[in-house]
Amino acid sequence: MRVALFLTCVNDTLYPDTGRAVVRLLTRLGVDVDFPMAQTCCGQAHYNTGYRHRTEPLARRFSDVFGAYDAIVTPSGSCAAMVREGYPRMGERARAEGRGDALSAVLAPVVPRTYELTEFLVDVLGVTDVGAYYPHRVTYHPTCHGLRALGLGDRPRRLLDAVKGLELAELPGAEECCGFGGTFAVKNPDVSAAMGADKVRNAESTGAEVLCAADNSCLTHLGGTMTRLRTGMRPVHIAEILASTEEEPAL
Amino acid sequence: MSGTYLGMPAFPEAARDAVHDRTLRGNLRHATHTIRAKRAKAVAEVSDWAELREAGRRIKDHTLLHLDRYLEQLEESVTAAGGTVHWAADADEANRIVTRLVEETGESEVVKVKSMATQEIGLNEALLEAGIRAYETDLAELIVQLGKDRPSHILVPAIHRNRGEIRDIFRAEMGAWGRPAPADLTDTPAELAEAARLHLREKFLRAKVGISGANFMVAETGTLVVVESEGNGRMCLTLPETLISVVGIEKTVPTWRDLEVFLQTLPRSSTAERMNPYTSMWTGTTDEDGPRAFHLVLLDNGRTDTLADEVGRQALRCIRCSACLNVCPVYERAGGHAYGSVYPGPIGAILSPQLRGTASEIDASLPYASSLCGACYEVCPVAIDIPEVLVHLRERVVEGGPVVRNGNKVVLKPARGHAAERAAMRAAGWAFTRPGVLRAGQRLASRTRRLHPRTLPGPGRAWSASRDLPAVPAEPFRDWWLRTRGGKNTPGPDAAGSTGEDGLK
Repeated sequence: MRVALFLTCVNDTLYPDTGRAVVRLLTRLGVDVDFPMAQTCCGQAHYNTGYRHRTEPLARRFSDVFGAYDAIVTPSGSCAAMVREGYPRMGERARAEGRGDALSAVLAPVVPRTYELTEFLVDVLGVTDVGAYYPHRVTYHPTCHGLRALGLGDRPRRLLDAVKGLELAELPGAEECCGFGGTFAVKNPDVSAAMGADKVRNAESTGAEVLCAADNSCLTHLGGTMTRLRTGMRPVHIAEILASTEEEPAL
Repeated sequence: MSGTYLGMPAFPEAARDAVHDRTLRGNLRHATHTIRAKRAKAVAEVSDWAELREAGRRIKDHTLLHLDRYLEQLEESVTAAGGTVHWAADADEANRIVTRLVEETGESEVVKVKSMATQEIGLNEALLEAGIRAYETDLAELIVQLGKDRPSHILVPAIHRNRGEIRDIFRAEMGAWGRPAPADLTDTPAELAEAARLHLREKFLRAKVGISGANFMVAETGTLVVVESEGNGRMCLTLPETLISVVGIEKTVPTWRDLEVFLQTLPRSSTAERMNPYTSMWTGTTDEDGPRAFHLVLLDNGRTDTLADEVGRQALRCIRCSACLNVCPVYERAGGHAYGSVYPGPIGAILSPQLRGTASEIDASLPYASSLCGACYEVCPVAIDIPEVLVHLRERVVEGGPVVRNGNKVVLKPARGHAAERAAMRAAGWAFTRPGVLRAGQRLASRTRRLHPRTLPGPGRAWSASRDLPAVPAEPFRDWWLRTRGGKNTPGPDAAGSTGEDGLK
């Protein structure tokens, strides 16, 4: 089984620790993971802002880079959702525009093989206890795309439940959006900030030290809000928690 | 649509006041969270909810696909039952028809109930110009009308008002419209309801003309249906001598049997009830019972244009339950007025820019009034994929393209005001098709990371006004990968890997 890490442009540029954590975790679980250097971006920001035609070259490129792998793993629910939900839709739209099935055919191979990290661990590798150790009180925010577009269900929480030393605190209003929403955060700053502040206050009320999610985009928004509100909490990607062990603990 | 919404600012500006109004946000939060919890409970009681939702979607899609046929059937049925059908292409035509019909009765007052369609076309204002006063009789609509306000919710138009405000409005305004409120009126719900009841009863008993909307129109029998909670609808529908119903053409269902689905899904989705307290149905006219004259005004006003759009047409499935509003985190903070339409919330964000076009500032901003969280799609009883339509309409705003307006195919130009964004998207798209460029950019960002400002200029300023920016790391991932795993053969798609089968179960 040839497994590729699709790290995403945001993680590659801003959160290399998340990428290193995924590599460490998968390697520990016996997966020989590859990072194709030609990878860039799935095009989600373009697509969701209305630039579908600009997204097409990125989608084609994604398919070129990852098409030969059996599984493509990404530590981002929203990027996985872009590939799984957005790419087929782009193919349908191309057909509706009289361009035939060519785009669908190009994108089809990567669509079912792209997995969000926790989904890959639970569904493909069949593990919930990944041998992690993380002695902290953690609250988990299930991101919208993970929750509703991918239907991750309780997979991330089952993984967290099995982490040694980790105390999982229930997040009030967990299923509500944090207010990031890609360009929404820039286009509707007041509403976005209000949503973020409410989410952070809910997280703070759990007494957790760490707010965990499976998407660094949401965590950027929430982390930036946390420091501004001086909560003392910190945002941590779930990959970093799952990669943490007693021998090599994460901070 | 209604002239009252002309010149609205774009959504983000319109939302700002609401976001910073603590009382309003508290009211909205309390109301929407209460009703969303009740809805979830009422829906969970039904074991075949998923099937009902799918059935509703199918009935609506089928009807919309053959709407021409069903509307003709409806006209025949209504006419055969003694009613008269009028066709209105737009708001002006609908207002002219209704005004003429009222004038022909010689009356200068009408009672109204349950009609978002008449709010959409601004009928009350049009009637007033002709010297006809329209009285809203739905309790919440009455509050909105007396308060010279606008509705802010599909089901609870006065959701933004609290009891104290309502008492003040009743005391100050009722007298000018009819029976005044008692001078010692308090803000207890029972007293407020009684004041409204007495005030409205006088209107019902005096009115010779009633104007209504309808939740459904059954093509095979010509029957119209209104579901409601207060009973005011039934008074409006049965007491006046002339009944004029103004209904959007998309409210058609083919058969009586189809109501079986919607009379289950609508009340549970809207008021979290198993059945509406009042379900009223009327078919043409009946001797010695109910109105002696019945007119049905079929309103298009952008609906057939919307129908022409393959992705966007699903918005016409909407049965106006408002479940999407009650789960929407954006609606909860921005309030209903920011949407600049009688249709607020997620459904309004996709319906208004289709019915009215995307030319105005408010309509061009509505497709962006969402974080695409998907909660609205999840609760929609007719499975309207609102996020999908939002993204589709965003494309219309930034890229333009072919649409149908007033029955004609036109090609829209990209909206103005997106130049910086368009340039950024083009640049990002260019870089993302060239990994070398991306990598050079990442390295530059890493090397200069100590120089980065903590706030952003330009459009990014809004971000850093309320959130700290993430720090740029010393080394992007791909550099780390090359440095530590560089010996491994991982250059690209054609040399995809040295990975083996080992380790996997």
